[in-house]
Amino acid sequence: MRVRPLRYWLQLGLTLLVCAFLVVPVFMSILAGVTQNYFIGVKSGLTLRWVGEVWTLYSDTIWRSIYIALATLAVTLALGIPAAYALARAQSRWTRWIEELLTLPIAVPGLATALALILLYGQWRDFRASWLFILVGHVLFTLPFMVRSVLAVMLAVDLRTLEEAAASLGASFRERFLGVILPNVRPGIVAGSLMVVTLSMGEFNMTWMLHTPLTKTLPVGLADSYASMRLEIGSAYTLIFLLMIVPLLVGLQWAAGRVERSRA
Amino acid sequence: MGPRRHGGDPRRTALLMAAPALAVFAAFWLLPMARLVQVGGSGPDGFAAYFAVVTNANYFRSLVSTVLLSLGVTVATLALSLVSGIFLQRNRFPGRGVLISLMTLPLAFPGVVVGFMVILLAGRQGLVGDVSSRLFDEKIVFAYGMAGLFMGYLYFSIPRVILTVMASVEKLDPALEEVARSLGASTWQVTRDVILPGLGPAIISSGAICFATSMGAFGTAFTLATQINVLPLTIYNEFTNYANFAMAASLSIVLGLITWAALALARSLAGAGVAAAG
Repeated sequence: MRVRPLRYWLQLGLTLLVCAFLVVPVFMSILAGVTQNYFIGVKSGLTLRWVGEVWTLYSDTIWRSIYIALATLAVTLALGIPAAYALARAQSRWTRWIEELLTLPIAVPGLATALALILLYGQWRDFRASWLFILVGHVLFTLPFMVRSVLAVMLAVDLRTLEEAAASLGASFRERFLGVILPNVRPGIVAGSLMVVTLSMGEFNMTWMLHTPLTKTLPVGLADSYASMRLEIGSAYTLIFLLMIVPLLVGLQWAAGRVERSRA
Repeated sequence: MGPRRHGGDPRRTALLMAAPALAVFAAFWLLPMARLVQVGGSGPDGFAAYFAVVTNANYFRSLVSTVLLSLGVTVATLALSLVSGIFLQRNRFPGRGVLISLMTLPLAFPGVVVGFMVILLAGRQGLVGDVSSRLFDEKIVFAYGMAGLFMGYLYFSIPRVILTVMASVEKLDPALEEVARSLGASTWQVTRDVILPGLGPAIISSGAICFATSMGAFGTAFTLATQINVLPLTIYNEFTNYANFAMAASLSIVLGLITWAALALARSLAGAGVAAAG
């Protein structure tokens, strides 16, 4: 084994420090969520009591976040895939403008978008009070990610040649789109879908403004528990959130790797 | 490109396919934003409210502290992530994969959760306070202010920037470094003259994302304390506590213009897709 220079050890040390900064609080949070009394420490015993209490207090927010995420996914698939197709096929100055426009909701803080929605649509009480109001915000925020993810694969697979081959065999537009294009861009759709669900599950900046006491989502509930509950409950709630979001993240990285390979 | 015989005019098809997304975008983003601009000018001062962020001492202080905080976060994030990212991409050692997975774990955390992580580290029952009270008999607590916010944004940004740095180091041509080294350049010279310029676009784009995100983020600050003097919280307080809709609207338009401009500038410099993270 060769001798590493001092520089190597300094860099390794810094990297380990950064890693500790990122990871230590996560472990503290997990531990606090299953500890009887965090102030006393682990020696007070481990328990699932706090997780149980979170379930009683907040299970509605968990279910709501799941179905809002799935609804957001359905809408972004329906809007995003055709939009990506349009951008891929008609590459021009116009389509670049459209792409730019659709990206605005992530270039501008969610707080601004949420205020704008409330000021324009807030007086429609039934809409304002329903979960659909949150869905609108989530769709605006996640659509650019779906479009970009699908578009990246569409540009890589040479859509035009595929489509022309199918058309020369007599396939209608509908047949070409469903039978040729969609299967070929599946990696982009999968990556985009995981991205959309992950972002929707964690969205707070807009949702905090858009929610009502009856339409709390998981991150809204988290903020609520951090502010008003004991540390153990906030931690147990965070633990539940981590159990939901980390598998999504792992899947997302796997899918992104597949897209990267399909483009290479 | 020859004439197309099948499926009609491709441009018309494309327009039809993009129409639903554009309609939703127009109804739920463009129109509301137009309303926001209008409300911003509907206060007692009219459209002069758009300059209040400069003319009103309180809002100006809020703007300056948000910009300084975001610049500080950006510089610190870039410095730490460049060292760690280059190191992780250029060296192979046991445990490297686990280390990278652990460091990318916080990627999926929203701002609220990041705020909670800061509280666990530096809050009233936090690790820093615990250790400091044992060592120096003095409990250090800094989570609920600017310092806590700085730490939170650092926490939020580092995993993203490290991934970007690693991806672009991988694309650098190692031959360039070989040549520089064979010409007698020291490691420091290679880093300064070959690696860093090669990473230029990645540094600019991830720096801009980091800056824009820190400017506009709301969740972390909200979790730590609603009285920290940063622009998103100022807007939030104007809207919810003082029902000053006009001021909240004009300030959020100004904030939106700043974050959008930062990202657009970075994109024109770096040429990559650049957008703020949630």
